[in-house]
Amino acid sequence: MQAFTTLNGLVAPMDRANVDTDAIIPKQFLKSIKHTGYGPFLFDEWRYEDRGEPEMDCTNRPLKTDFVLNQPRYKGAQILLTRENFGCGSSREHAPWAILDYGFSCVIASSFADIFFNNCFKNGILPIVLDEAIMDQLFNETAATEGYRLAIDLPAQTVTTPSGQSFSFAVDTFRKHCLLNGLDDIGLTLLQAESIHTYEKARAQQAPWLF
Amino acid sequence: MGSTLFEKVWQQHVVKQNEDGSTLLYIDRHLVHEVTSPQAFEGLRLNARKPWKISATVATPDHNVPTTDRAQGITDAVSRTQVEALDSNCAEFGITEFGMNDIRQGVVHVMGPEQGLILPGMTVVCGDSHTSTHGAFGAIAMGIGTSEVEHVLATQCLIQKKPKVMRIRVEGALPVGITGKDVALFIIGKIGTAGGTGFALEFAGEAIRALSMEGRMTLCNMAIEAGARCGMVAVDDITLDYVKGRPYSPAGENWQKAETMWRELYSDADAKFDAELVYQAADIVPQVSWGTSPEMVLPVTASIPDLASAKDDVQREGWQRALVYMGLEANMPITAIAIDKVFIGSCTNGRIEDFRAAAAIVKGKKVAANVKLAMVVPGSGLVKQQAEAEGLDAIFTAAGFEWREPGCSMCLAMNADRLEPGERCASTSNRNFEGRQGMGGRTHLVSPVMAAAAGIAGHFVDVRDWS
Repeated sequence: MQAFTTLNGLVAPMDRANVDTDAIIPKQFLKSIKHTGYGPFLFDEWRYEDRGEPEMDCTNRPLKTDFVLNQPRYKGAQILLTRENFGCGSSREHAPWAILDYGFSCVIASSFADIFFNNCFKNGILPIVLDEAIMDQLFNETAATEGYRLAIDLPAQTVTTPSGQSFSFAVDTFRKHCLLNGLDDIGLTLLQAESIHTYEKARAQQAPWLF
Repeated sequence: MGSTLFEKVWQQHVVKQNEDGSTLLYIDRHLVHEVTSPQAFEGLRLNARKPWKISATVATPDHNVPTTDRAQGITDAVSRTQVEALDSNCAEFGITEFGMNDIRQGVVHVMGPEQGLILPGMTVVCGDSHTSTHGAFGAIAMGIGTSEVEHVLATQCLIQKKPKVMRIRVEGALPVGITGKDVALFIIGKIGTAGGTGFALEFAGEAIRALSMEGRMTLCNMAIEAGARCGMVAVDDITLDYVKGRPYSPAGENWQKAETMWRELYSDADAKFDAELVYQAADIVPQVSWGTSPEMVLPVTASIPDLASAKDDVQREGWQRALVYMGLEANMPITAIAIDKVFIGSCTNGRIEDFRAAAAIVKGKKVAANVKLAMVVPGSGLVKQQAEAEGLDAIFTAAGFEWREPGCSMCLAMNADRLEPGERCASTSNRNFEGRQGMGGRTHLVSPVMAAAAGIAGHFVDVRDWS
């Protein structure tokens, strides 16, 4: 997994609440058995006029001009601003894979759905929760200033605006540690193999039908 | 102070409590399907890892399988590749799989309980958000992403932060015509799709205790639609009667021992909850979703809301978008909404009880002329077999419904079953998101009896008035 430490990136605003994982990556793209290649299909039904199919070449597909990510000013954005309950719905990890493959490595919202939030950390994406009032301010500033960027500092747990205003955010200690170091947590858990074996022995006595 | 049901099951699965507040939690049962597992198996191969405990994991293909005649296999090459990848991964790693042509194949959340793979007090995971279904057995059951599928395969554990616990009590007896689906939609309408975020939900109260296991599974299935990763119901005689005698359930001396342990799986009278909500069963009317989020739901007796009644701008914009997408007008009665298709099935409502109830509604009647397709998709091969033994298939086909092979089907339209742009469907599934049942498709979530009645009438009707 790619580590996440600091990022100074262009911001794109998606001013919608309850963006679900079916919208982030529609079901037909879940048929792939690969890890990569989902970026061109991110928000497919909102982004293109035609119906997307797996493995199609997206370079000449007709774009919906009113969709925010199709505006030239947000090309190359690395930070996505959005609203409450982002990532609700299915557990598909294809959603964070598509977000990452498109080029975003940080999503900022007032709240996230649990499974999506967790999946982000497994893929080197930092999801940041900020208060609704701060979100309003960031949306306003993004709309007002072309080329608006934010500086994200994971070690310091801050988001800093171009004017130097800084907001703190919370992050779990273990998740922060894994993200900063790009750690594979399966390897970390396997260091606890002895504890797992000990648990299994005791549990097999108590509930033999499980073993 | 006593313990909650959630706390009791959680504590039995703690391998190690870490100083940073996370817990290494042991996982008893892992269900696997073809969509969220290929990259996890690939991860095992790349790192030369083996599954930790092969017997904990059982797989079946469900999302991509055709619901029409399977003699020709899967015609869509991409879908076929994914199902074949599951077959070869299970063969390579020695995992039990009920393949596409096995009578036990079905939607993973129908197959698991039916086989006795889900037992009270277990921890259950699957790379699928509707894993919450299995909380109906007094289990902690939650959906996970593909990275965690790989983590569980490799270590039989998950690193978790303990959620808060919310109890939702529904008191009094459910009125006639009100199902577990209506209870689920009613609750989501009250607390919203983020109302349960960060919580495990426990459903309790007289109305819940009176539900069958099928009804409890429907309710817990939709806990995720309220934002909660898991929903639970305490163990009682209904639970034990369902579990007893199934292929993977304990028997003999082990059953005696298990029953003694399982009888303890309820929240103590003095247990403390982080939040508690109470509703009256008598207030629940058959529910119909009108928008593009499960929280956009109303009693069938109501009308589409006026934008002026939205609580804030964010909700108003959401409603506005939903009205445009759904092709509806504010203040229009729900019963005036005509439908094009009917879908009865899914992990929410694809069990035998659902088909019995729907068949009772359509018996001796005909699907309305404006309904282009009404389809019934059993949750598993065994549900299909049972329904056919009871003659339900004949009732459905005589009424003009199509009787299909088991799978996820038009709940999410990964196979050939889908809505065309603009088509409107009365669906017993769980999500009405934009494009969920096909690009541009319009989904209304309802119970099986409400879907069946809408199919006959051609528009939504109050099933309580059905004669």
